[in-house]
Amino acid sequence: MSGEDPVERVFRAEHGRAVAVLARVFGDLDIAEEAVQDAFVEAVRRWPADGVPPSPAGWIITTARNRAVDRLRRESSRGSRHAQAALLTGRDGAADEDVVVDERLRLIFTCCHPALNPAARVALTLRLLGGLSTAEIARAFLVPEVTMAQRLVRAKAKIRDARIPYRVPGGAELPDRVGAVLAVVYLVFGEGYSAASGDVLVRDGLCAEAVRLGRLLAELMPDEPEVIGLLALMLLLHARRAARTGPDGGLVRLAEQDRSRWDRDLLTEGRELVRRCLRRGRPGPYQVQAAINAVHSDPPPTDWSQVVALYDHLLVLSPSPVVALNRAVAVAELDGPAVALALVEDLPLTGYHLFHAVRGDLLRRLDLAGEAAGAFGRALALAGNDVERDLLRRNLDALRAGRSGRG
Amino acid sequence: MAKYLLSVVQPTGGVPEPEVLDRIMVDVRAVDDAMREAGAWVFGAGLHSPDTATTLRPTATGDVLVTDGPYVETKEHLGGFTVIDVPDLDAALEWGRRLSVAVTLPIEVRPLREG
Repeated sequence: MSGEDPVERVFRAEHGRAVAVLARVFGDLDIAEEAVQDAFVEAVRRWPADGVPPSPAGWIITTARNRAVDRLRRESSRGSRHAQAALLTGRDGAADEDVVVDERLRLIFTCCHPALNPAARVALTLRLLGGLSTAEIARAFLVPEVTMAQRLVRAKAKIRDARIPYRVPGGAELPDRVGAVLAVVYLVFGEGYSAASGDVLVRDGLCAEAVRLGRLLAELMPDEPEVIGLLALMLLLHARRAARTGPDGGLVRLAEQDRSRWDRDLLTEGRELVRRCLRRGRPGPYQVQAAINAVHSDPPPTDWSQVVALYDHLLVLSPSPVVALNRAVAVAELDGPAVALALVEDLPLTGYHLFHAVRGDLLRRLDLAGEAAGAFGRALALAGNDVERDLLRRNLDALRAGRSGRG
Repeated sequence: MAKYLLSVVQPTGGVPEPEVLDRIMVDVRAVDDAMREAGAWVFGAGLHSPDTATTLRPTATGDVLVTDGPYVETKEHLGGFTVIDVPDLDAALEWGRRLSVAVTLPIEVRPLREG
């Protein structure tokens, strides 16, 4: 997915734009996808000899449009109606930048329509906006390619047959619908970020893809603070990617990360965005999470009172036991492990491995080695991926060897 | 424009108390009137209970077997329906949402095959 080849680079950057415009012109996602595919095949054939055109996106859209009209003229059965529609609209989609921005926004809202199931929303967004192949999406979500292909076909058929509209929802509907769009992008990011199992390259690529989609949304909806908040959050997390794993591939906790390996540019950009969106005075969960991560990226020592205050705010905005658990971790740094343990004990999270891992850590710091080992053992039994399991096993071994494990 | 079937999914058995039912009927009537006023309403009706149904089943010999009762016995059944004609799914879902609040039951929204 690194894409050194210019056609591949343009494909990653412009696929969504091209499909969005073509979908609008022809009113059919399959025709749009096929036409854009045709145009890129043509680009692979011609660009190496002719050079990359001055406006690659414009070239792709114009070529795709011509290909689609040719194709529809040949296939008379479905052709006449669509081709006529296309000829009637007679607009060169590439010419008008404002229209194109609008088309991509429409396509994102179509892909993330609440009438589609959440898994299909993610797959469609990656396919149509991100230009990822069905095989890549399937690999990232650890499902067979056939399953992913069926999911995509079904979703596109529902868009067509049930007439899910290509439109940006207005007024009262917008906050809800933006929420669904942001959830899809953050899900893509989380899928790449948290689970280290599977194909590592694709997973890293998913984070990069989510950041790219986040940038696109921020460009398209600069006035929605939560959109900026999500982008900031992802940038701040993504900035740490090189420091998150040690030489042995093991997970390195935030406090122990080599900060010189953090990506300075992404951190600076993320912090700037946090400031910008919080100035609007309409904080939402993504903005507050971004702010927490901005504090974590400040030079040490960490301002734990500010982190706890931000978690207090987050708990009001989106109350959940997981948020309460994360808040307790910050409280432990500010008021000590005993206070934090009291906050953690009654959380209804006994099936969640990190609940036991946090408990284990707090118990260890209270010198309750036996209970701590029990908690880490439960965490180990519940943990899903190998990298997290390794970290938990190291904790257990350290406890058994009679060391604090924390240094 | 596209047509959608809004199906009212009703639990089999128990009927609400009269005063509850009266309130529901008034609310449903109001949504119905709003649909007509907006030009979205095409056709609609409430259905008698499933035990009033008769099922006809073709046999291999070309006869038709007549049996008493619905095609399938389920915990939920089609209690009534409305066909609306609106621009797209969002518009259909908006009417469906209003109807589901009025009738206090789930509504299934499905596009009609046309052309």
